[in-house]
Amino acid sequence: MTEYVVLSSILFTIGAVGVLVRRNAIVVFMCVELMLNASNLALVAFAKQHGNLEGQVAAFFVMVVAAAEVVVGLAIIMTIFRSRRSASVDDASLLKF
Amino acid sequence: MFVLETGTEIPVVAPSGADGVLGLVWLVIALPLLGAAVLLLGGRLTDRWGHWLGTAMPVGSFVISLLMFVDLQGRDEEDRQVVKHLYDWIHVGGLRVDMDLLYDPLAALFLLLITGVGSLIHVYSIGYMEHDPRRRRFFGYLNLFVAAMLMLILSENYLGLFLGWEGVGLASYLLIGFWQHKHSAAQAAKKAFVINRVGDMGMVTAIFLAFTLFGSTSFTEISQRAGGASETAMTVLGILLLVGACGKSAQVPLQAWLLDAMEGPTPVSALIHAATMVTAGVYLIVRSNFVFDRAPDAQTAVVVVAVVSILWGAAIGCAKDDIKKALAGSTMSQIGYMMLGAGLGPAGYAFAIFHLLTHGFFKANMFLGAGSVMHGMDDDVDMRHYGLLQKAMPVTFLTFAMGYLAIIGFPGFSGFWSKDKIIEAAIADNWVVGVAAMLGAGVTGFYMTRLMLMTFFSQKRWRKGVHPHESPQVMTIPLIVLAALSVLGGGLLLGNWIIDWLTPVVGEEPEHDLPIPALAITLLVLLVVAAGVATAVALFQRQRVPEVAPTEVSFVTRAARAELYGNEINEGLVVGPGRRLVSGLLVFDRSGADGLFMGGGATVGALGDVLRKVQTGYVRSYALSVLIGVVLVAAAMLAVQL
Amino acid sequence: MIAFWTLAPLMVLAALGILFVRKAVHAALLLAVVMISLAILYADLDAPFLFAVQIIVYTGAILMLFLFVLMLVGVDSADSVVETIKGQRVLATVGGLLLGLILVISLSQLTLGTATGLDDANEGGNIPALANLVFSRFVFAFEVTSALLITAAVGAMVLAHRERLTPKQTQADLAAKRVRDFADKGAHLGPLPAPGVYARHNAVDTPALLPDGTAAESSVSRVLAARGTVRSAPAMAHDIEDLKRQLGVDTAARPGVTGTSGAAASTTEDVPAEHGKHDEGATS
Repeated sequence: MTEYVVLSSILFTIGAVGVLVRRNAIVVFMCVELMLNASNLALVAFAKQHGNLEGQVAAFFVMVVAAAEVVVGLAIIMTIFRSRRSASVDDASLLKF
Repeated sequence: MFVLETGTEIPVVAPSGADGVLGLVWLVIALPLLGAAVLLLGGRLTDRWGHWLGTAMPVGSFVISLLMFVDLQGRDEEDRQVVKHLYDWIHVGGLRVDMDLLYDPLAALFLLLITGVGSLIHVYSIGYMEHDPRRRRFFGYLNLFVAAMLMLILSENYLGLFLGWEGVGLASYLLIGFWQHKHSAAQAAKKAFVINRVGDMGMVTAIFLAFTLFGSTSFTEISQRAGGASETAMTVLGILLLVGACGKSAQVPLQAWLLDAMEGPTPVSALIHAATMVTAGVYLIVRSNFVFDRAPDAQTAVVVVAVVSILWGAAIGCAKDDIKKALAGSTMSQIGYMMLGAGLGPAGYAFAIFHLLTHGFFKANMFLGAGSVMHGMDDDVDMRHYGLLQKAMPVTFLTFAMGYLAIIGFPGFSGFWSKDKIIEAAIADNWVVGVAAMLGAGVTGFYMTRLMLMTFFSQKRWRKGVHPHESPQVMTIPLIVLAALSVLGGGLLLGNWIIDWLTPVVGEEPEHDLPIPALAITLLVLLVVAAGVATAVALFQRQRVPEVAPTEVSFVTRAARAELYGNEINEGLVVGPGRRLVSGLLVFDRSGADGLFMGGGATVGALGDVLRKVQTGYVRSYALSVLIGVVLVAAAMLAVQL
Repeated sequence: MIAFWTLAPLMVLAALGILFVRKAVHAALLLAVVMISLAILYADLDAPFLFAVQIIVYTGAILMLFLFVLMLVGVDSADSVVETIKGQRVLATVGGLLLGLILVISLSQLTLGTATGLDDANEGGNIPALANLVFSRFVFAFEVTSALLITAAVGAMVLAHRERLTPKQTQADLAAKRVRDFADKGAHLGPLPAPGVYARHNAVDTPALLPDGTAAESSVSRVLAARGTVRSAPAMAHDIEDLKRQLGVDTAARPGVTGTSGAAASTTEDVPAEHGKHDEGATS
């Protein structure tokens, strides 16, 4: 099972770096989803390793929460885009000194 | 029961429950309190009849007091202390203070004095304040004063006494500053208030100490347990009480407010600053006889304060040209006599109270007389503008003369009996004190004669346009009644009645041996007084009184005019250092405390100025710092594992 | 294991692709690759229910939502490659490498032993077994999720809602406006003129010619004018010359329309720059 966990951590790291380097809010969001999926993979792998289904249930709940998150997050991106004509996360940088 | 070396028993307060007419004792306080509430809360609605209501209330109290007095007199000597429990006042932990009213022979006399003289002064005020637009308010304050004073007298515990004590202080403040539009009146009220607070600190501390020592503030319990306390504790308690008494009774060193207090309307000076409130200190010491009898050092302190005050007040009385201030100096001096009596212990308590009563009569009489004179002289208070008023104001003159004869101790008049007895007791105790008291009597003769001559005799020195006239009957009738009391007040001593009457409260008067016969002392006092009178006649009747006070005068006169520099002493000893302390503290606060805190704030602010550059607003920068944190935590965990 | 070793490099490559592609649509498609591969791995890990959910919910619903939003924002929008925050890219790369290194090093040292396997747990079927858990032990979390979903739905509606600030214009309003414009500014009252129609194509990009031979600008869409793809009548004439040459028709026989642009000189439109290229496209 180790290889699944290693794959999961690699995907997670790639997602994290994506969040840091991409500027399009939607792509940043996709990278967040990638990180969530990576963690799901680890959960499912451990479920098999330990022989109980709780990992799968946890992954299931992660999916539900991710769905809700995407709905709200994309709505926020839409709202920002509507007023600023931009989907770049760097343009929404007014929250400072 | 504790027995003094002189063989006198210190009485304990052991009251029985109030019944019959004595059960009405609460009404004595409630009536003037109701009057004050109606007059002060009723506003302009009560303007038309307010003064009548304000007068009726103390008269009602007087009637009840009289009924209770008669009832009390009909009882056996042991039954003459009754207590009326009104309600539980403060019950907190170990502190249990009840709203109890103690009615005993001492309180009975005070009740008669306060309500009797108070009623007369209310009647007088109807005339005196007739043209004042705020007369209704004046009567409200007067009623408030009467209620508070009665509370002070009737309370069965120190806390209730303190309630009344502060109540009269408040009323005094309000009434001194009654003409608040005058700057001097407002200042005088503030001064009286502040100096009285100094005394109150002593009073409050005394109450705390009493509670610590005896677990109670009740006279009954303290007098029963006082025997168990050490003499030191009793001395401290006594001195603290004396501080309180000094503040309220304008005794040295807290005397400076009384002369300024004359800024108030004259009836106020008569009622509060002559007859009743300022004698509260004497009452306090007499009431606390169970403390002072066990603390000879505290008694000595009382005597010292008293003697200094007698001479101090007398000196001021000699120099002032303002008729009310001269009388105020006299009041201070006379209260000194009462304090002297109270400081002598069981030998003098009864005489202190006796002098307090007669002084209440004749000084109220003279103050009201002075008010009447001012009424006729267009509110001029300078005696150098008076002269030869005995023709213009015959009633005022005659009644004033009765008061005059009483205060100098003319044989047969009330003051003669009361003052003579105190001097006698003083000589028996300590001849130095006795001689000082005698000297004070001589000076009293001098300054009162001066006042009398400058006002009613010598030459006309009236200002232009002033037409002296007799006051209306509503003012002269109280004068006549008080004059009669001034003459006849000595009757209280007939058959040693007042001494026997007060014995249950203050204890048996001890036998004392006089170095010389009592008659000789009386003659000696009369001689000294006569000398004083003769000097005054020589100075003020034979010579023309200058209309403007001469400035080329001796140091002594200048000092006396400046009230023996009482204000300057206060300024130099208390106010100046206090100001310097405050400004020093201010500097410390600004540079030290503020520097510390403001500097700390500035440092944090500067740090924030630097750190805020980290806040770029870019969400990716923040995410990067999160990632760095994750790396560090992971690395740390890995390091720990390895 | 075959599935894993086949899919793992694919997934990593696709995930890395997300970092580097410039267009968001491509990123979404690469993400879809990762997700579907994940679904297959789920199946491999004895999680058939999650396999289905991953495809239906994640790939089918969530990713489609991403695409919808991408369409709204502008499908062409590409990230600028220039990094604006100083050091961000370097630090992010170093941080990411460090994190990956630490995770991989530490995790690869795990010895998990043989997997217990889910044969016992999945005995009555994976879905009934999951349902047993979700509706018993995790029922409270399940119920709370419903609240979360409804909140998210309401939140999305609130965020997406736009208040109408002006009253909606009706047909009557528009007609009245046209007449008013005609009265005030003399704007053309009738419908706009149709574009020029030539035999070669339907020519919405070619303006109609007015009687004096000039082009009627209002006959072509402003969008085409802005894109610079409007063709002019002289250019058309040029085309005809070319065609004739190819066909070997004698140009001199029709002297009225010969070559030069004199006839259409009053046309205000410039001939588009990529005219020739466009032509090739059109003619090929």
